[in-house]
Amino acid sequence: MRTSAAARAGQYAALLAYLVFLAFPFLWLVSTAFKPPAELAALHPTWIPRDPTLANFRQAFGEQPLLRAALNSLLAALAAAVVAVVVATPTAYVTARHRTALAKAAAGWVVVSQAFPFVLLIVPLFLVLKNLRLIDSLPGLVLVYVVWTLPFALWMLTGYVRAVPAELEEAAAVDGAGRLRILLSVTGPLLAPGIVATALFAFVTAWNEFFFALVLLKSPEKQTLPVILTHFIGAEGVADLGPLAAAAFLATLPSLVVFAIIQRRITGGMLAGAVKS
Amino acid sequence: MRTRILAAALAVVLLLAGCSSGGGDDGRIVLRFQSLAWQDESVAATRELVEEWNARHPDVRVEYVQGSWDSVHDQLLTSFEGGEAPDIVHDAADDLADFAYGGHLADLTHLLPERLRSDIPPGSWETVTFGDGLYGVPFLQEPRVLVADANRLKESGVRVPTPEHPWTWEEFRQVTKRLSGGGRYGVAWPLRDPVSATLNLSLSAGGQLFHRGPDGKVTVRFEEGDEVVPRTVHEQVNTDRSASPTTLGSGGSDTLPGLFAGKYAMVPLGFSYRQQIAQQAPEGFDWQVLPAPAGADGLTQGVSPQTLSVAEDCPHKKEAVAFLDFLLQPENTVRLALGDWMLPTGRRALADPALHTAEHGWATGTALAGHLRPAPAQTVRGYPEWKDKVATPALQEYYSGAIGLAELRERLEKDGNLVLARYQR
Repeated sequence: MRTSAAARAGQYAALLAYLVFLAFPFLWLVSTAFKPPAELAALHPTWIPRDPTLANFRQAFGEQPLLRAALNSLLAALAAAVVAVVVATPTAYVTARHRTALAKAAAGWVVVSQAFPFVLLIVPLFLVLKNLRLIDSLPGLVLVYVVWTLPFALWMLTGYVRAVPAELEEAAAVDGAGRLRILLSVTGPLLAPGIVATALFAFVTAWNEFFFALVLLKSPEKQTLPVILTHFIGAEGVADLGPLAAAAFLATLPSLVVFAIIQRRITGGMLAGAVKS
Repeated sequence: MRTRILAAALAVVLLLAGCSSGGGDDGRIVLRFQSLAWQDESVAATRELVEEWNARHPDVRVEYVQGSWDSVHDQLLTSFEGGEAPDIVHDAADDLADFAYGGHLADLTHLLPERLRSDIPPGSWETVTFGDGLYGVPFLQEPRVLVADANRLKESGVRVPTPEHPWTWEEFRQVTKRLSGGGRYGVAWPLRDPVSATLNLSLSAGGQLFHRGPDGKVTVRFEEGDEVVPRTVHEQVNTDRSASPTTLGSGGSDTLPGLFAGKYAMVPLGFSYRQQIAQQAPEGFDWQVLPAPAGADGLTQGVSPQTLSVAEDCPHKKEAVAFLDFLLQPENTVRLALGDWMLPTGRRALADPALHTAEHGWATGTALAGHLRPAPAQTVRGYPEWKDKVATPALQEYYSGAIGLAELRERLEKDGNLVLARYQR
C-alpha cells in the first residue's frame, strides 16, 4: 500500500515532535551542566551557555565520590544483567518450546508478578537478605535487581524464542545435530539480539534504580549513583542545580554509550521478537 | 509521600526482624555520623571538624556519612528498624517526633554537658522535647526574611524596614502595591509548601491555630490572629495584583530569576537562600535582607531547627555526646552556621562578630534570632496528615482565589479536627 505524500509528511512531523519530546530534557540537562550559577538564574535562559564552564563538574566531583558510586552502579548493573540473562534464557526456552500446563502457569505467574508494586516486594526481600546477611552488600543488591527484572526479562525472552522457528531446530536434528549442538549453533545465534536487548533492559533498570539501593545499602563506600545524586538536593527541595546537572549528565552517559554500541542489534532483536514467523 | 507511607509499612515488618548493634572495632570505638550538610561550604566545614576530632581522639573515630535531606526520613526509618542506623544523626526538629516516640533516639537529658544546656535557649530545647525526654540538640535555624531588590526600594521611596522598625502586615501590603505595575510585582510568594510558611509567619500576628485543651487534646481554631497572613497574601494576589499569581506553586529558587530580572521587588525566603542569591545574582544586582513584617506579637515567627541526635542503639552514647559537644563548641558552630548561611541557636556562637556583619544581611538575621519560637505544629500528632490532606489544598485554593476566607476556615477547622481527632483517641 502506497502512502500519500501528505500522510508521509504527517508521519515525519509526528516523529520529529516525538524526538523533540524525548530529547528536550536531556539537552536541557547538558545545557544546565555547563552553565555558571548566574546563568542558571536567568529569567530568559539560553540553550547554549553564554559563558560555558566546567566548574559544575569540578564541584560535583569535589563534593561527592561520583567515580566510586559509578563503579558500584556499574558492577551492580552488569552483574544483574548477566545473572538475569543466564537465568532467564533457559527458562524462556523451556517455556516457549514445551507448552505444558506448568509453562502456562509460569507465564501466568510472570504476568501477575508485574502487577505488584516494588514496595510490596521490598519487605520480604529485606527480611530474606537480613537473614542471609546480605544487607549493605552489593551482591545483596544484585540479587534484588535480578528478582526485580527477572519476570519481565523472562517474558521478553519467551517472545524472542517463539520467534525462532522450531522447524530450524527440527531440520538440524534431522541432519544429526544433538540437542546441545542445536542450542549452540542454531537457536543461540538467532536468539542473540533478544538476549542483548534483555540484558540491556536489565542493565538500565539496575543502573537507574534508587529505592532499593537507598534502603539496602548503608555504607557510604557502597552507595550507587542514583543515591549519591540526591546529595545535591538540600532542605525544602532546594537543589544545587549546576553540579546536580553535571553529575546527572555523567550518569546518563553509560546508558547512551551502551545503546549506541548495540543499537543495531537491539533493533534486530525487537523485530525478531515482534514478528510472528 | 507515597514512599514515606510505604517505608512506614516496611518499618512495622522490620520490627519483627530484630536488630543488630553497631559500634566498636578492634577495641577502638567507631561512631558513624550521618550529616545532611549539602552546600559546598558546609560539607567542607563539617568534614574539617570531623577530621579535627579524629586527629585529637585516636580512640574514638568518627566516620563521616553523607545523607540527603531529600530522603532522610525514609532512610532513617528503615535504618532504625533494621538496626543499621548511624550513631549520630543530623535531621530537623519537625522530623524527630516519630523517631523519638518510636524509641529510636537516645534521651540526652542526663548526657548533655551543662555548657551546651545553658547556652541554647529554652525555646529551642522545646523543639526537641518529646514527652519527658530530650531527643536532639537544636543547633542551626533560619528565620524567614524578605530578600529585596535594593534599587527598586530606593527608587520607590518607601521606608526601608529594620528589625527595630519593621513593617506591619498592612504597611507591607501598601508597600507592595506601590512597587507594582507595568508587569512588575511588589512581591513573589513562593508557596509550594504553603502550610509551614503560613503557620510560622502567623505567629507574628498572634496566630496559634493549634489549641491544646486541659485534657491535652489539640484542636484547630482559625482565629483573628491566624487570618492576618493568609488574608494579606490573598489580597495581594487577587485584589491588589501586587503579588505574582504564578509563583504560588513555586519553590524559593524558582523565584530568583524573576527577582534578578526586576520582575519582583521582594521575595520572602528562608535566611539560607542568601547563599544562592550571592552565588547567582548577576553583577551589579544590589540586594538586601529585610525582616518579615510584624504583627500584634512583633517579629515572632516559628522555626524548626536542624538537630543532632544520638541513636538509641548506639553502644557508645557518652562518646557520641562528647563528639556533639566538640562539634557544637561556639567557634565550631559559627563555622557550621557560616557554611550553611544559617543562624546558630547557641547564644555564644550567635554573639560572634562574623555573624553581625552588614554584608549579605547577616546582621538583620541575627537581630531576628531572639524572636524565633518553636514552629506551632511541632508536637501536634497527626500534623503531617492534616497538612497534606487538609491544609495544603485549602491554603493553595485560598491563595489562588478559588475559595474565600469562610471556606478556608471551615476546611481547616472542620476537616482538620476530624483528622486530628483520629490521632488523639
